Amino acid sequence: MSDLTRKTAAELAELMAAKQASSVEVTQAHLDRIGAVDGAVRAFLHVDTEGALAQAAAVDAKRAAGEELGPLAGVPLALKDVLTQEGVPTTAGSKVLEGWKPPYDSTVVKRLKAAGIVILGKTNMDEFAMGSSTENSAYGTTHNPWDLARIPGGSGGGSSAAISAYEAPLAIGTDTGGSIRQPGAFTGTVGVKPTYGGTSRYGLIALASSLDTPGPCARTTLDAALLHEAIAGWDPMDSTSINQDVPPVVAAARNGDVAGLRIGVVKELGGEGYQPGVEARFHEAVELLTKLGAEVVEVSCPHFEYALPAYYLILPSEASSNLAKFDAMRYGLRVGDDGTNSAETVMSLSREAGFGAEVKRRIMLGTHALSSGYYDAYYGQAQKVRTLIARDFAKAYEQVDVLVSPATPTTAFAIGDRINDPIAMYKNDLCTIPSNLAGNAAASFPCGLADEDGLPVGFHVMAPVMRDDLLYTVGAALESALAEQWGGVLMTKAPELEVTR
Amino acid sequence: MTAEVLEIEDALAQYDPVMGLEVHVELNTKSKMFCGCPTEFGAPPNTQTCPVCLGLPGALPVVNARGVESAIKIGLALNCEIAEWCRFARKNYFYPDMPKNFQTSQYDEPIAFNGWTEVVVDGETFRIEIERAHMEEDTGKSTHVGGATGRIQGASHSLVDYNRAGIPLIEIVTKTIEVPPAKAAAVARAFVSQLRDLLLALEVSDVRMDQGSLRCDANVSLKPSGTSVLGTRTETKNVNSFRSVERAITYEITRQAAVLNAGGKILQETRHWHEDTGITTSGREKSDADDYRYFPEPDLVPVAPSREWVEELRATLPEAPALRRARLQTEWGFTDLEMRDVINGNALEPIVATIELGVSASAAKKWWLGELARSANEQGVELDALPVGPAQVAEVQKLVDEGTLNDKLARQVFEGLLAGEGTPAEVIEKRGLALVSDDGPLIEAIERAIAANPDVVEKVNSGKPAAAGALIGAVMKDMRGQADAAKVRELLNAKLGI
Repeated sequence: MSDLTRKTAAELAELMAAKQASSVEVTQAHLDRIGAVDGAVRAFLHVDTEGALAQAAAVDAKRAAGEELGPLAGVPLALKDVLTQEGVPTTAGSKVLEGWKPPYDSTVVKRLKAAGIVILGKTNMDEFAMGSSTENSAYGTTHNPWDLARIPGGSGGGSSAAISAYEAPLAIGTDTGGSIRQPGAFTGTVGVKPTYGGTSRYGLIALASSLDTPGPCARTTLDAALLHEAIAGWDPMDSTSINQDVPPVVAAARNGDVAGLRIGVVKELGGEGYQPGVEARFHEAVELLTKLGAEVVEVSCPHFEYALPAYYLILPSEASSNLAKFDAMRYGLRVGDDGTNSAETVMSLSREAGFGAEVKRRIMLGTHALSSGYYDAYYGQAQKVRTLIARDFAKAYEQVDVLVSPATPTTAFAIGDRINDPIAMYKNDLCTIPSNLAGNAAASFPCGLADEDGLPVGFHVMAPVMRDDLLYTVGAALESALAEQWGGVLMTKAPELEVTR
Repeated sequence: MTAEVLEIEDALAQYDPVMGLEVHVELNTKSKMFCGCPTEFGAPPNTQTCPVCLGLPGALPVVNARGVESAIKIGLALNCEIAEWCRFARKNYFYPDMPKNFQTSQYDEPIAFNGWTEVVVDGETFRIEIERAHMEEDTGKSTHVGGATGRIQGASHSLVDYNRAGIPLIEIVTKTIEVPPAKAAAVARAFVSQLRDLLLALEVSDVRMDQGSLRCDANVSLKPSGTSVLGTRTETKNVNSFRSVERAITYEITRQAAVLNAGGKILQETRHWHEDTGITTSGREKSDADDYRYFPEPDLVPVAPSREWVEELRATLPEAPALRRARLQTEWGFTDLEMRDVINGNALEPIVATIELGVSASAAKKWWLGELARSANEQGVELDALPVGPAQVAEVQKLVDEGTLNDKLARQVFEGLLAGEGTPAEVIEKRGLALVSDDGPLIEAIERAIAANPDVVEKVNSGKPAAAGALIGAVMKDMRGQADAAKVRELLNAKLGI
């Protein structure tokens, strides 16, 4: 039944609902696929074979007993290693948390379990989600299934690579500056950053509290919407979550009608520094949407050019404080506890040994930016820029329903290419960061392959707060129009991975 | 440096003290400030914890609305303005008993600010300006094991109990308190004492100083008398009783004066108060380099109490202490001097409670400022730490009113009660203190007195009834005080036919 891994989540759910396949069979097929290809892809940090099969068996038993099940019951999923799952190792890609087993489920995991979604394991990521390539993971780099010599994007490279390699039909990512959307773009898959507060952060190991947003990764727009619906909604455990109904994302993904939809192309997100093949596919997609009846105009967001520097002040500031808890006192790595060192020294030695270079860089940046005498010039100014960017969006949304841009300036780059050039690495997130700063919804959808390198290009859609449904409207329209050209979703053009087991 | 100090009078002759107080109050909410864990005191270590108050990765805080309500009530009772919109802030520093290595507190946007209150010392009213009252969470509690002193120096290891981590605290900060130098320490004490009464009346805290639910830090600096040259201040921590507030401030004044007079410099530092030895010792040196990197807590949304809610809470406030004192003084018919003694003796609340049990104001005052105050003074404790409370006082006074005891016997009963000899009935029984109410023995004693004092009887018979007082005295002596003097007079008068 190896073809089970080629099916979408919606198809698998249908098969299981019709009792043509069991969740145990579906889960086992994906576990087998992981066993066959993950040696090369390295998307997973931990595969929970027993737990996944037990969960699958439980779903099958409920189905046999005639219990009512959610629309994705029995479908397997890969979970980014930044979300806690009770009893399952959770590292956030860091040595400092090696071996830590959380005593509690994150809200996202609780909802996945309640929906009967089977969690296969934890996926690789840049340490504490700091990075755009997974090269900052303390546990090695994940490889892009489209070209194993390239990075899959980051920080959620493991999640996107897992679905791109057919190791799972669904995955959960978290997006602080593009960590769902950029890997989605680089792996030819769908990645959605819901509205900030639309999905709960409870149990998400915080990078930057005011930016972090969990969201769905999938190979199709509908699958992403189904997963979005399963995890979204108000959570009393997260003060910043929004107490409103989940936008009608599934209906939008099924409908996909852009006739009359006003689409704004962001002038500032293109041109110099953008790969020609990326721009070509992007503009073709815009034309396609025009043909489908959308009204396209160019829109200016003048403050977007300050988004990157503002982001790299706000994020490290919050991160420097969020990561202070990793002090070896209660959990995680402890170094130097030989009876001669003070608690303070043990803290210091443990943090020195436990954190990687990028994490240390950002802790230092953030500590400096929050320091007395610098606060106003750095953190304070960055917050003002943030307000200006939110105003740019608000003004733009007076004119149009959604904004669009390429998801990334380039396609996936080679492993090792930018790891020693932080600024070049940071520029990956030029298009994605403004939405995090403003807290609105955004997504990347596959829109073709760049001519230069034959690698996937992401089409970036941004929608107002709690209008996540509009993302799916555009994504579904694009997907079905392109599928006509390609004879299927973009993923069908991906090269076959060599089975290494 | 040795702990050289000046006499307080000498110190105050040369320097004016400048004080500021920071008082931390643990609220009595059922659950912690940012999670649902219980707050009961004394549970086994680390049994009242969860991912939130342990600061586990991924956990998030949620504000306890009752904590905000208490903060607003305290703010209103201290005549503060209540913020229409304010945020929590993170105070970043590393310490093992702080689970997240930042304390969720408030920085430049406190919930309550710009208030005042008045305290009375020696009949004089002093106004204390309140800078702010803000919400924050408590830390865990470290126990240092293996050293001789229980302090971190010399300890082999430390244990941390996170039960206290996340318990809601309100920090009340006064503005600079400048009062006549000789009154400074007493005013500080009166402020903390009155604050305690206020918090009890608001029912927002148990205010158990012995359990650390009210903790006071005293900032003290000196300036040469009559000048405005501000000195360097020290922050004395661990000042956990009213008496200590007064003593610690007095000590700091005398210590700083001695240092300055010797040509030394006051270090800006944290100092620890030692209740047993009555001195402060140097703690951590504070410097301008202390940087807590405050920033608005991004995990919490702003607190924006509606004006309607604030007014609802204002309407529930108990009477302001100053107004209440004036009302009680009128009701009780006390003179200003009497009322001053009551306030200075911290006896207001016990007297109120005793009167509520049916005792007259003058009797309640008599016992609380007499026997009981003396005993508390001798032991160096507050009145409420005595084993005798309003209930016992009322019980004893009832016996006096019934004629079972007189004042002299009642004093002996209190002595027994304070010595832990049991209930008033048990003390009377054990010590044989009841008045003789049977006429027989009294008449016998009267007859003995008449027989022994023929000259006095003579005087009475010759038209000087006042002379009979000597006979009453003789009878009382004969009865070893265990007689009701009025009863004796009545029987004696009958006997003498006057």
